[in-house]
Amino acid sequence: MKIILEQLLNGLTIGSFYALIALGYSMVYGVMKLINFAHGDLFALGSYLGYTLLVFGSTYATVTFGIWGGMIAAMLIAAIGIGIAGTLIERIAYRPIYSVGRLPAVVSALGASIVIQNGIMVVWGPRPQAYPANVVPSTVLNVAGMRITLMQVIILLISFMLMGLLYYIIQKTTFGAAIRACALDRDTAALMGINIETIIFFIFALGPALGGMSGVMVGMYYRKISFIMGWNYGLKAFTATILGGIGNIPGAMLGGLLLGVLEMLGSTYLSTAYKDVFVFLVLILVLIFRPRGLLGEKVAEKV
Amino acid sequence: MKLNKSIKEKDSIFKNWLIIIAVILFIILPFIINTYWVDVLFFFGVYALLGLSLNIVLGEVGLFDLGHMGFMAIGAYATAILNTTFGIPIIILLPISALAAGAFAWLVCSPIIHLRGDYLCIVTIGMGEIVRLTLNNNPFGITGGPNGVFGIDFPSLGSIFVIDNSTKFYYYIWLIVGLTIFGLVNLQRSRIGRAWNCIREDEVAAESTGIDVRSYKLLAFVLGAGLAGVAGNIYATKLMMVSPESFNFMESCMLFCIVLIGGMGSIPGVLIGAAAISLFPEFFRTFAQYRMLIFGAAMIVMMIFRPGGIWPRKRGAVKFESLLMKAGEENG
Repeated sequence: MKIILEQLLNGLTIGSFYALIALGYSMVYGVMKLINFAHGDLFALGSYLGYTLLVFGSTYATVTFGIWGGMIAAMLIAAIGIGIAGTLIERIAYRPIYSVGRLPAVVSALGASIVIQNGIMVVWGPRPQAYPANVVPSTVLNVAGMRITLMQVIILLISFMLMGLLYYIIQKTTFGAAIRACALDRDTAALMGINIETIIFFIFALGPALGGMSGVMVGMYYRKISFIMGWNYGLKAFTATILGGIGNIPGAMLGGLLLGVLEMLGSTYLSTAYKDVFVFLVLILVLIFRPRGLLGEKVAEKV
Repeated sequence: MKLNKSIKEKDSIFKNWLIIIAVILFIILPFIINTYWVDVLFFFGVYALLGLSLNIVLGEVGLFDLGHMGFMAIGAYATAILNTTFGIPIIILLPISALAAGAFAWLVCSPIIHLRGDYLCIVTIGMGEIVRLTLNNNPFGITGGPNGVFGIDFPSLGSIFVIDNSTKFYYYIWLIVGLTIFGLVNLQRSRIGRAWNCIREDEVAAESTGIDVRSYKLLAFVLGAGLAGVAGNIYATKLMMVSPESFNFMESCMLFCIVLIGGMGSIPGVLIGAAAISLFPEFFRTFAQYRMLIFGAAMIVMMIFRPGGIWPRKRGAVKFESLLMKAGEENG
């Protein structure tokens, strides 16, 4: 029982990384009907940006803002930086080819992904980098006999706060209603006076910003980052997005958390080597019986 | 009507000349360039074959398949295991690996063929990843884990004709690519090809005109996978070894790009796309670590300026001309 609960918590921690990345995929897909293949690499870029900030800027931040200041400052700056990178990519690689259909954008997105990945390699070098160890004190809490690290608590707190914030923005504010309207029908939304350009700008800033923060947290949790990790996490997060139902915000959160838990349970009870096989098998089974994902709605076919 | 006919003939003669020149150039090329470039052109051929196989699924039917390398892996590993363990000659394994990949495609695609667009896309990604991860984990000790399988024989007919050097492999792959192109051009103009294109343009309309959408989609997957299996067989015999990392997700994405950069459903386009993907990094070796950076940027620029691909397929033109020809024949 104790092991199950501990593994569930580990799964939720990993799942919250996936969920934060998946939100970016899902928002972009909802409005643009485009799979942003560069998103995983933006996440890796966020991780590297956080690394540089924590290595070179954290002593200053810690002195000025206290013990958590360094971490929070690094995450915020990484989020802003990756948000800017996301909008830049949208301007350069996607905007010129919106009008010609969806498939050219796939190639363009893959191109952007290769550029970012190799850009990271050129700037930071091909070797994996190690995050500084003392960002979060390595305290182990003992809750009802379970071993929980302080790091996990902080990661879960931050991710659930971010997810809650995003959920509030999308579901409760006027701006969120505009985003949802665009996702439903872009042309009609434009006729109702919604500025599509602004919506797209915010989508491409907000999604990658969340991914960037997730990147910093992954760096702090595993302490080892490499320039190719964007593909791996991007693929998992994309799987999570589809699992929950693409274009659906709560679906992306649920899919991410579920994927993390499945991965942890799979590696505990089946085999570590086959945990990814298990995850993909579950995905395929879910799609066979629910072709639009767990929370996706059934859409009537347009003729 | 006669005028139309003569224009068409002139056009086809001109096209034939281009093709003949290209073929002659390809035949004499190995005598001009060194072994390194012959090998580069061999891998260009492998990519061309893979591009053609994906083109059936993606270009002709419009199904997003981002796990195509999984099928190639099945073909390559079928060849490797059957040859090293049971000593079956490679030339017999060529059709067997195609059958194995095709049968695998039929098995895994049957339950998922009803999925649409991006959902099919992620399932094929998952399928490709499952194949790679399983091979990597060495099930029953037959795939050799991350190291792969070593010591695959060269393809041979008896003991006299053995394909054992770069030049022979070069002719071998391009002979097979040529045969494939011949078959695919005919397939494009057949009832099957037209049904595929109809499904791509409008699935609901295709179904309502009596096309068995499900079977035609499955046929495309099985044929595409079979061709990828052939490519896997040749790839394995050339390298004399196979390892799971050759079939990763990145490679599947590159295949996707070959079809889209060349032009969906266009056979000359696929050849150009394969050339772009396989030769471009070779030409830019001088840039060392900036090579892939330039490559990615080139992909973006390419799509901005030619979103339909370098050599898009002209649809409708063939149909119209053949109609005129028919009318001309009827008029005498």
